[in-house]
Amino acid sequence: MREVKSSKAYKDKAKAASAKPAALGEDIDLSAFAASAEEQPYEADPSKLPAKAKEQMMEAGVILEDTSQRSGTYIQMDNTPVHFSSQQEGVEVMAISQALEKYDWLSDYWWQAVAVDTDKYTAHVELSQGNGYFIRALPGKKTIYPVQACLYLAKAKLAQNVHNIIIAEENSELHIVTGCTTAFGEEPGLHLGVSEFYIKRGAKVTFTMIHSWNPEIAVRPRTGTIIEQDGLFLSNYVLMKPVRSLQMYPAAKCVGENAIVRYNSILMAPPGSHMDIGSRVLLNAKGAKTEIISRALTTGGTIIARGYIEGNAPEVKGHLECRGLILQEKGVIHAIPELKGNLAGIDLSHEAAVGKIAEEEVEYLMARGLTRTEATATIVRGFLRVDIEGLPPQLDAELKRAIEASEKELM
Amino acid sequence: MLEIKHLNVAVEGREILRDVNLNIGTGETHALFGPNGSGKTTLLMAIMGFPRYQVTKGKIIFKGKDITKLAVDERARLGIGISFQRPPVVRGVKTRDMVSAAMGGEGDEKSIAKLAERADLTEFLDRDINYGFSGGEIKRAELLQLMAQRPELTLLDEPESGVDLVNIALIGELLNELLEKGCPIRKRKCMGLIITHTGHILEYVNVRTGYVMLDGRVVCQGDPHEILATIKEKGYEECARCVK
Ligand SMILES: Nc1ncnc2c1ncn2[C@@H]1O[C@H](COP(=O)(O)OP(=O)(O)OP(=O)(O)O)[C@@H](O)[C@H]1O
Ligand SMILES: [Mg+2]
Repeated sequence: MREVKSSKAYKDKAKAASAKPAALGEDIDLSAFAASAEEQPYEADPSKLPAKAKEQMMEAGVILEDTSQRSGTYIQMDNTPVHFSSQQEGVEVMAISQALEKYDWLSDYWWQAVAVDTDKYTAHVELSQGNGYFIRALPGKKTIYPVQACLYLAKAKLAQNVHNIIIAEENSELHIVTGCTTAFGEEPGLHLGVSEFYIKRGAKVTFTMIHSWNPEIAVRPRTGTIIEQDGLFLSNYVLMKPVRSLQMYPAAKCVGENAIVRYNSILMAPPGSHMDIGSRVLLNAKGAKTEIISRALTTGGTIIARGYIEGNAPEVKGHLECRGLILQEKGVIHAIPELKGNLAGIDLSHEAAVGKIAEEEVEYLMARGLTRTEATATIVRGFLRVDIEGLPPQLDAELKRAIEASEKELM
Repeated sequence: MLEIKHLNVAVEGREILRDVNLNIGTGETHALFGPNGSGKTTLLMAIMGFPRYQVTKGKIIFKGKDITKLAVDERARLGIGISFQRPPVVRGVKTRDMVSAAMGGEGDEKSIAKLAERADLTEFLDRDINYGFSGGEIKRAELLQLMAQRPELTLLDEPESGVDLVNIALIGELLNELLEKGCPIRKRKCMGLIITHTGHILEYVNVRTGYVMLDGRVVCQGDPHEILATIKEKGYEECARCVK
């Protein structure tokens, strides 16, 4: 695998920011984690990956036994891409290092949706070159099956660094499902992931990310999306497993007229988990629209659920909905919805509600014959069931199954 | 058979019902009249067994069994069902889920769809229960759940309030099915207790006995049509005077 090429200017900026703490979240001591791990062998047939890894990946929605329902696959273990392939003509799936070799123009997208000097984590990703994926749909190419990507943390005490670039060319349609998970159960690890999405005119991208970490892992994703005219970006995030500390605040910028962004997040925090998760949208072009929906459920952990919508152009519309459910006494949910309008004629709104399950609702279901436990489970299931518009049915079903499986563990 | 004996009910420490006595024979439907705040809903909620409504004295006996201390869900499974005056919205829980729960989890897609069609609620199956429903839609959704549950004792809290004329006919039809109007009287098992202000529902459902509740007490019992006519003509003041 060749080195990722990127200009000296980025390296300099990264060096200057290498000690810069993030705006939000606990400060992670990067020196506590190894910067590199041994290379893993490439595997042309992903079904031949170790059984345990496959099982873990499956929990995060990555299917390797039979990839007939996938239009491409990318698997990275620690900092090595161990498999990448495209199963569909018009869809490119490869390691970012290889893509940089192949396409000179790719440097035009490098650090354009996320700033390299955002904080020490982005700087670390630039300086340590841990690879990542490149997924691209060619102009007009519409896929039905999703491309799947897995970022797998195999070695404990390692900092996994990835830099991903996703490009949907004009009028293309691309579905991606990403699973991030780990091999080890109780040891510390760090995942740093930069993802830059470019949604061109009339293109549609759905991005479904399922995280399945462990109680000792710290995670700092850094994601930026730029959406052009008539483009659609639909991002779904599911975190139902314990994690020590996860902070992310992905940002999408609608730069073209009538661009649309929708974020759905489903978060569950068991005791010991701390998550600070939000979505930020800038509506910078006429008629752009967004909807940010989050469901946060705690059984003892802490969730800070943020949302930010800024309207900077005429006729934009945005809605933020954050609902939190506290199932155990010690859980904390802090909803922080923010709206900023910079001119007249925009329409931004939000609703936030945090509380425990209403006794009146439980009793309503009990009056139909459900036991208290069944009634509570039904309400929790309903709470976590977000109707996601625009996902292919099969992917929607996979997502619902993943959520239901974790929910059963919870109840 | 439902027997209510010397029942006192308190809500948040405040006594609302006092010495209520009432018997509904097997296969019979009775009606409950009374001004706002007189305690009608309180009585139904106490029969259903909601914990906020505390029985401080007396007994509720259903099919010969003392159910005064049973939990709501146990009473539901014994065969008591209720249509709420103001049911809560439960976000995320679909009408379909409620119908399926009422069927004891045994409802298949087809039978759920069939029932929904009868209540003219097909389009509502995949909506959050009661969320954004109109007054009449709420009433029909309540009946839909009862149709799925098929209780032996159906408690109906103003099933026709806020319902237009066409839909009252539909509600009457569904109620009659629940209360087995088509079945010969001596074979009827289902019982009903209906709270009504307007009495419109009496035009559809066979109601044998009416009660007037004033200030937490049942003060009068008799032919429901006669009671309704008196209330319409002279108001509840007349009932109060008559009792004195
Ligand atoms: N949860 C409660 N907390 C406090 N007071 C209550 C509660 N529920 C009922 N009450 C009081 O008990 C009395 C009887 O109320 P109830 O709802 O039974 O009346 P109702 O006869 O059904 O009236 P309406 O015809 O208006 O529906 C009222 O004074 C009411 O304010
Ligand atoms: Mg009432």
